[in-house]
Amino acid sequence: MKLFKIRGGVHPEDRKGLSSERPIEPIPLPHLLHVPLLQHVGAAANPAVHRGQTVRKGDLLAERQGVISAPVHAPTSGRVVGIGRYPANHPSGLSVPTITLQPDGEDRWSDALVGTDDPFALPPEEIAARVAAAGIVGMGGATFPAAVKLNLRQRYRLHTLVINGSECEPYLTCDDRLIREQSEQVLDGVRIMAHALGVGHIIVAIESNKPEALAAMRAAATGRAEIEIAALPTRYPMGSERHLVFTLTGRESPARGLTADIGVVVHNPATAFAVHEALRHGRPLVERVVTVTGAAIARPANLRVPLGTPVAHLIEQSGGLREAPARLISGGPMMGQPLPSTRVPIVKGSNGVLALTAQEVNRREPMPCIRCGSCVGACPCGLVPLELVARTRAADLEGAVRLGLMDCIGCGSCAYTCPAHIPLVQYINYAKGEMAARGRARHKQIETKRLAELRSARLEAAKRAKREAMARRKRQQQAKAEGETPPLGNAEVGTNAEARP
Amino acid sequence: MIAPLLSLTLLGLALGTLLGVAARYLRVEQNPLQGEIEEMLPGSQCGQCGYPGCSAAAAAVAAGEAAVTLCPPGGRALVEQLAAKLGVSVDLAAIQDQGPRVAYIHERRCTGCTKCLKRCPTDAILGASRMIHAVIPDACTGCNKCYEACPQGCIEMRPLPITVPQWYWPKPVPAL
Ligand code: SF4
Ligand code: SF4
Ligand code: SF4
Ligand code: SF4
Repeated sequence: MKLFKIRGGVHPEDRKGLSSERPIEPIPLPHLLHVPLLQHVGAAANPAVHRGQTVRKGDLLAERQGVISAPVHAPTSGRVVGIGRYPANHPSGLSVPTITLQPDGEDRWSDALVGTDDPFALPPEEIAARVAAAGIVGMGGATFPAAVKLNLRQRYRLHTLVINGSECEPYLTCDDRLIREQSEQVLDGVRIMAHALGVGHIIVAIESNKPEALAAMRAAATGRAEIEIAALPTRYPMGSERHLVFTLTGRESPARGLTADIGVVVHNPATAFAVHEALRHGRPLVERVVTVTGAAIARPANLRVPLGTPVAHLIEQSGGLREAPARLISGGPMMGQPLPSTRVPIVKGSNGVLALTAQEVNRREPMPCIRCGSCVGACPCGLVPLELVARTRAADLEGAVRLGLMDCIGCGSCAYTCPAHIPLVQYINYAKGEMAARGRARHKQIETKRLAELRSARLEAAKRAKREAMARRKRQQQAKAEGETPPLGNAEVGTNAEARP
Repeated sequence: MIAPLLSLTLLGLALGTLLGVAARYLRVEQNPLQGEIEEMLPGSQCGQCGYPGCSAAAAAVAAGEAAVTLCPPGGRALVEQLAAKLGVSVDLAAIQDQGPRVAYIHERRCTGCTKCLKRCPTDAILGASRMIHAVIPDACTGCNKCYEACPQGCIEMRPLPITVPQWYWPKPVPAL
């Protein structure tokens, strides 16, 4: 098929060879699973179990709250030993509500889970509802509730489902392995999603540095005319939704808008696999494939991990550390985030755990910008990173916004190419975060102002009522003093007079 | 010679009078800047600035009598906004911004006297007589009024807790 060339981008060394030939392995259960109730974009789930309760694998642990939220299920059978807060898989090191589960070692599925033999007979709404109930979120790292994206049909005219198998981040191989080893199941999930979206065209896009995955998908899709397999050029950030859709269709979706605006919905292969499990077997999302790699890992691997497993357990199962890593990252090296500790759990969006050596990180001191323009050439969004950063440094965030700060997808291509080693993305992320915080503060101010006005109005009304009551009493006393008979026709005064002996 | 001079003088006088009258009758009562500034202020009428409320504070800022740094609850973001509006320069780095703070009631010591509840300008405190009181952080502007009113000293002004979705990277420290 014809592909279109994206602007900018970089070619980082892919380093996928470390783990790409290692089949997906199951791991023994850890002693405790810490299952966070916030593993997705949106509102945290609300606990549906109590301490001491025994659960089976797949039982509901916490239910979703609101539309943009996702439920959380028990990743194995065992006992709920704690409902509280635990450090999140997040660079801040902050805690989130978490349910701690002690596995009983039997790993027994709940009997209540039933799948369907013919998901294509179900109405689209029913599929979306089952996907929502299974707690499935975008597993490429965005963790947006998948069912919300399946319901886009109601508001947009859709024609194509794109499966984003580009896995453009260096090091990561979990999607590659999943496609290679379970192509039938992935494709089944893809077809179910296409049915839910009501689209007749499917493109499975995979970067050409994964020939085995391409071959596996081609084999699985033979005889299905509606499915196209696209071999993408290897280029970072091919996996960015907007850029992927542009490459495939030549059409740009609005910056910060949805690709649904041009009729395309993008999902990840691991999400498709989870949809297959949920619809065919009734199994909620309780595990995922994680790539554990980096030169500091003794035996890089692709592991099938129950959600809530501590990162330390994964490292142990991969032969431990060869040397003390210079950096521990959750996700890929380009957009991944530093791990605050190895105690934190694996969550729905964790696709990789990287332990990188000092040599791999190659951290160097930043120098002043030489205005070489490399970052401008690398930016896939057509931004001028050096200017964005100059404004941010000068605390002129409004200026940065005018230059397109909010269109930045945070891909890190600019920082990757910068010969001066300026942490461009850190500045940009700070600026975006600060703008969001200001937006929240503004919102709060509007709300509190309204509250203050309501209160003043109420106090004012109370004061007026008091004044009137006093005036009335005065009138009444006057009337009493003037003649013992209250003037007729003033019922109010009359009743008041009666009340008082 | 006399006719053009006369007519020009008359014209000048007439127009001048008209302008004078217009200035008197169409006068804008309030400095329009004041309104805009009042929009920016938190609106909690807490009085920490030393003025009776936000509109008095806005008037003072508009008249140049008060500094743009007058309002503690507004924090650094407000100073920045005001400075941009008035075109004055301030050293933002020198402003001590403790970040947003909200009141927190230590339940054990609260006697339920309702003093705090009555003073809160935004009705952010829940409670009733002889019941433990509690603060709704989303509605609290950190104005300190309850803190000053509590006879038990059981109200603490705490930094607003940050949640994971709200957290963001700090600004990198420039190396050079
Ligand atoms: S400015 Fe943003 S979108 Fe552009 S290269 Fe840098 S991180 Fe990527
Ligand atoms: S790549 Fe680095 S040195 Fe070159 S212009 Fe951009 S910020 Fe400056
Ligand atoms: S300190 Fe700020 S919020 Fe309080 S009254 Fe003054 S201007 Fe209003
Ligand atoms: S003023 Fe103090 S003791 Fe009284 S109700 Fe408020 S918090 Fe409780």
